[in-house]
Amino acid sequence: MGVDRRNFLKALGLTGVALGTGKQLGAAPAESVEDDEFYGILYDSTWCAGCQGCEIACAEANGLPEVPLEDVPEVGKIRKTDEHRRTVINAYETSQGEFFMKTQCMQCAQPACAAACLTKAMYKTKDGSVIWRENKCMGCRYCMISCPFDMPKFEYHSTNPKIEKCDMCFERVKEGKVPACVEACPAEALTFGNRRELIAEARRRIAEFPGMYHDVIYGEHEAGGTGWLYLSAVPFDELGLNTKLQKKSYPELTKGFLYSVPSVFVLAPALLLGIHSATKDKPAKEDDNE
Amino acid sequence: MSDTKVIDQERNGKSTWKFLADELKPKGKPFTWFNIISVPVITAGIVIIVLRFIHGLGYVSNIDQEVPWGLWKGFNVVTGVAFAGGAYVLTFIVYILNVQKFKSIVRVTVLNGFLAYVFYAGALVLDLGRPLKIINPIIGNSFGANSVLFLIAWHFLLYMIAQLIEFSPAIAEWLGAKRARKVLSSMTLAAVIMGITLSTLHQSGLGALFLMAKEKIHPLWYNEFIPILFLVSSVFAGLSMVIFEGSISKKVFADKISEKNKTGHKGIIHTFSQICAFAMFIYFFMHIIVFIHGKNWTYLNSRMGLWYLVEMIGFVLVPMVLFFISYRKVNITLAKVAAIVTMVGIVINRLNVSIIAFRWDAEVPYYPTWMEVVVTFTIIFVEVWVFRWVVNRMPVYNESPAWAKEHKH
Repeated sequence: MGVDRRNFLKALGLTGVALGTGKQLGAAPAESVEDDEFYGILYDSTWCAGCQGCEIACAEANGLPEVPLEDVPEVGKIRKTDEHRRTVINAYETSQGEFFMKTQCMQCAQPACAAACLTKAMYKTKDGSVIWRENKCMGCRYCMISCPFDMPKFEYHSTNPKIEKCDMCFERVKEGKVPACVEACPAEALTFGNRRELIAEARRRIAEFPGMYHDVIYGEHEAGGTGWLYLSAVPFDELGLNTKLQKKSYPELTKGFLYSVPSVFVLAPALLLGIHSATKDKPAKEDDNE
Repeated sequence: MSDTKVIDQERNGKSTWKFLADELKPKGKPFTWFNIISVPVITAGIVIIVLRFIHGLGYVSNIDQEVPWGLWKGFNVVTGVAFAGGAYVLTFIVYILNVQKFKSIVRVTVLNGFLAYVFYAGALVLDLGRPLKIINPIIGNSFGANSVLFLIAWHFLLYMIAQLIEFSPAIAEWLGAKRARKVLSSMTLAAVIMGITLSTLHQSGLGALFLMAKEKIHPLWYNEFIPILFLVSSVFAGLSMVIFEGSISKKVFADKISEKNKTGHKGIIHTFSQICAFAMFIYFFMHIIVFIHGKNWTYLNSRMGLWYLVEMIGFVLVPMVLFFISYRKVNITLAKVAAIVTMVGIVINRLNVSIIAFRWDAEVPYYPTWMEVVVTFTIIFVEVWVFRWVVNRMPVYNESPAWAKEHKH
């Protein structure tokens, strides 16, 4: 029995150590996006005329319903992406006058939706697109809970619903073309390319025309870095963007918990078995089985 | 004397098939209050479920693009699993700590836990947009192993198996399968250890689900300790459920419970009220630490802040004090009151994290449709029906047959 006690305490100590290290692993500093070698899109809102060319091209390229003629960006009206449209342009009255802002899935470097997905239906490709794979998705909508930009949209009125969101024209990029919205933009507000080069280009514009730009590239660090990068003349919260998003990637938030799982799995049964054998030898005074 | 003979006597000489056919027939009075209320609700619920599969989720539910999880996930899954926590706490006390006092209620608690998981996993299937793909995370063609939900899906599956093994000796006793009972009983300890390990992980895992919704949950409810808070609260949520269920069963199944166990039940509630009081103290203390650490007092002077105070004071602090008093004064009625208040508090807490404080700032706040509410109750009522069916047939409350008692498990 003495040995049992000793083993039990040993197991207890080991559990503590393992849980401690597990926690440390989880708390490891978030690496920023070192690997920029994937595609992204730079959207320069100072050049955007709000013509909706991108919206129309997007709908056409992805087989979505046409954009209604009367549905135009207006100050004070927030249009949102939904299961019928993957991108929208909104108008905002800012401290520097009226500006437009394009909204779509940001193609995070470490997407929350992909970390949330239990079937790997949401998937970050090598090219940089975050795609949704129909044959894998079971429709649990945990990606929608997790996405900090609220971008995955669900077809609630379908019996075999799909998740709709921008995938940076994954198929077109595979064929060597640029995404439909980039091709369609007459103002050249959209630039498709390697993310690292896009950041360099954005910096160059900020440096070259210091009076024209707010000195931040939205998406360089937000949510751990995103494929889409935004430039603007005014602070981004004036354009309806959430500037309080954390700089760490969102999957980091569950890492600590997930790291603790293997150690619990190894150590909890040992601990329980230890306690069981340590208490078993007691004279069974209260035992009902005479 | 041969066991087969004894079993034959108990079945009045019927063949196994005849025995099973007879057992399937309903027993008991048809017009009880519970039947009168539950039958129409279940009927309506089934119609709504059919409509949901014909027209899609949006036809019956108010969930939308910003609040994608509604009552079925928030109540049936997230809240229900907390209430099913009694099974792992009790098996820990009885099989791991070897405290025999609680043995008489282990079976019913495990049965309750098992049914809860089966039905809540069922609720999850209703809520899935593409339920046919549910095998994807199981059969291994697409393991999203870095997902908290993946962990929970597997844990639900494995825990149901573990609980079925824990309960299986009762099924074997019902069927008179002596050999099977021996084998199944020998697996109990392994299943219990597995079950407790799985429970600690998925009770906390249900909280961890919401960790990535950092900006969407009101700061009074979002913090990095949600998993631990969920785990600690599942202890007193589960035990309060056991107290509540036991008090009802004592009346409804009075003929099945022996006098000895009826008297013993008071002692059990008495000890539970102590465990609950301490678990709630830990829980309340953790909330205070989180509150101070996050400088959360700035949020108190608002509608959500008041609601937070209602939850923390009215449904954690008050029942905690009631449990303490009921323990000190040996007041069983007060313990039952405390259990009910605690259960309401758990419902409020789980719904707060998953629904009410989730996108509390949404333009169109989520309210469940009446159809969602009916389906929620349908699931609970069907579960109670199955529970009653099992209790009326298998040795859950009543004593095991004599042949089973001769063998020590």
